[in-house]
Amino acid sequence: MALNSIYGEILNEHNLRPVHKGRIENPSLVLDGKNPSCGDEITIELRVNDEDVIEDGCFTGSGCAISQASVDMMLDLIIGEKRERALKLYEIFMGMIRGEAGEEETEELDEAMVFKDISHMPARVKCAVLGWRTMREMLDGRLSVE
Amino acid sequence: MSQNPYRQDFPVFRNGKYRYMDSAATAQRPDSVIAAEKEFYESMNANPLRGLYELSVMATQAYEEARRAVSGLIGAEPSEIIFTRNATESLNLVAYSYGLTFLHEGDEILTTVMEHHSNMLPWRMVAERTGAVVKYLKPLKDGTIEDSELEEKLTGKTKLVAIGHVSNVLGCENPVRRIADMAHDTGAVVVVDAAQSVPHLKTDVKELGADFLAFSGHKLMGPFGIGVLYGRRDLLEKMPPFLRGGEMIESVTLEGQTWAELPHKFEAGTVNAAGAYGLKAAIEYLNRVGYDNIRRIEDELTGMLMDVLTEYPYVHIQGSEDPSKHNGIVSFTIDGVHPHDISSILDGSGINVRAGHHCAEPLMKHLGVQSTARASLYLYNDEEDVRALSEAIPGIRRVMGL
Repeated sequence: MALNSIYGEILNEHNLRPVHKGRIENPSLVLDGKNPSCGDEITIELRVNDEDVIEDGCFTGSGCAISQASVDMMLDLIIGEKRERALKLYEIFMGMIRGEAGEEETEELDEAMVFKDISHMPARVKCAVLGWRTMREMLDGRLSVE
Repeated sequence: MSQNPYRQDFPVFRNGKYRYMDSAATAQRPDSVIAAEKEFYESMNANPLRGLYELSVMATQAYEEARRAVSGLIGAEPSEIIFTRNATESLNLVAYSYGLTFLHEGDEILTTVMEHHSNMLPWRMVAERTGAVVKYLKPLKDGTIEDSELEEKLTGKTKLVAIGHVSNVLGCENPVRRIADMAHDTGAVVVVDAAQSVPHLKTDVKELGADFLAFSGHKLMGPFGIGVLYGRRDLLEKMPPFLRGGEMIESVTLEGQTWAELPHKFEAGTVNAAGAYGLKAAIEYLNRVGYDNIRRIEDELTGMLMDVLTEYPYVHIQGSEDPSKHNGIVSFTIDGVHPHDISSILDGSGINVRAGHHCAEPLMKHLGVQSTARASLYLYNDEEDVRALSEAIPGIRRVMGL
């Protein structure tokens, strides 16, 4: 069934062996993201420098394979990028899930393109976007560490 | 019992596509229930309790017949049966009407950590508004509530005990009768959330010692949007209305109003007569099958399911090891796989199980799990359902790369 095509090597790799799970030193932004209906809870830490470049990032917390892999892939994409670029990628990712993003644009998401068909699993959309929503809030809201 | 004779009564199964094991969330409906609701709209639809013409009289009769069917099912008087939307509304009715009126600062409400949120949050609201305190009984991991726990937390200050009859996660049956006896000795009233028990267990409000008892129609194969509250007559009589409006008054003047007789005092506005009529058909169907048969089917399949799941070392079942103490509910986890992934992957094979915290977050925390997958069985499930689920388990780990 098309539904299960989401679960593949790329997703499993990011779920079982996430690259960015852990802590970073001196984060400038920290935010919890939560999906109340499923109990998924993650915390994202980012270090954004004076030039608005995301120098490093990581996540902790627990959740399903889709939420965990999605946030790991997202961090792959945004680390080293400028804030505006990360927010642009957010727009593309959301557009892809709504089926509104063009093919060329979507390719900018690299591995995160595996979530293209998540719209066929409406119950799981919120899992795939948890990390992205949290990141957008961090960068938009300019939250800072206490 | 390889062929379940009841399965054919349920149209949703006729395409052979679904292995439905989420009946603790909502049951499937037999032909007779769907036909009854249709029949109501086709041949007796008018606003019940109002009209003075034949059609409305028929609608009223259908609605009141349904009330009698419900009262017969649980050993109550028809006037003690209030139709609501669902168990949640029934419990809220008791909280708003009884709780806010008769509980005061310093009083205690006793409930358990294994309650569904709908039997927990209304009592917290009562506590917040009245100054009463909510205390929680903590069960053992298999759901057993020990006597010492009860003796410690049930005090002279306890004015209301709210307890689920059967846990929607562990499937265990709570000793409602024993708790009710103890509660009554201290002068407390007992509210029973029977959403998970009435569909599976012969339930008698007097034998249980329930002062209030709530359940939903849709979990016992009735339509959505029709629920039941039983209340002891003397309690209902002294309670103020929950919702105010039409059909619940005796007379209204600009100076005041008097309330209608029970149970109409608690049924403001136009009622879900077609839903009630459908519920009556569901009760008739349930009675035709019989609780003994339901019990036999559920226990046999639950035993089979627990046997096969136990064979996988990475599968862990929550609750008792005894299948007969599960009431058809088997919550489980798989090492390395989040329950949502379990449910999504099983869906690929047409197997429907629930995953999440099952509206019982405090229980999840108490059990030390974030969430679980839950297979819940009912009278229409068969061995093929259990076989399909058990055979799909190794594939879940494989799909996840484990």
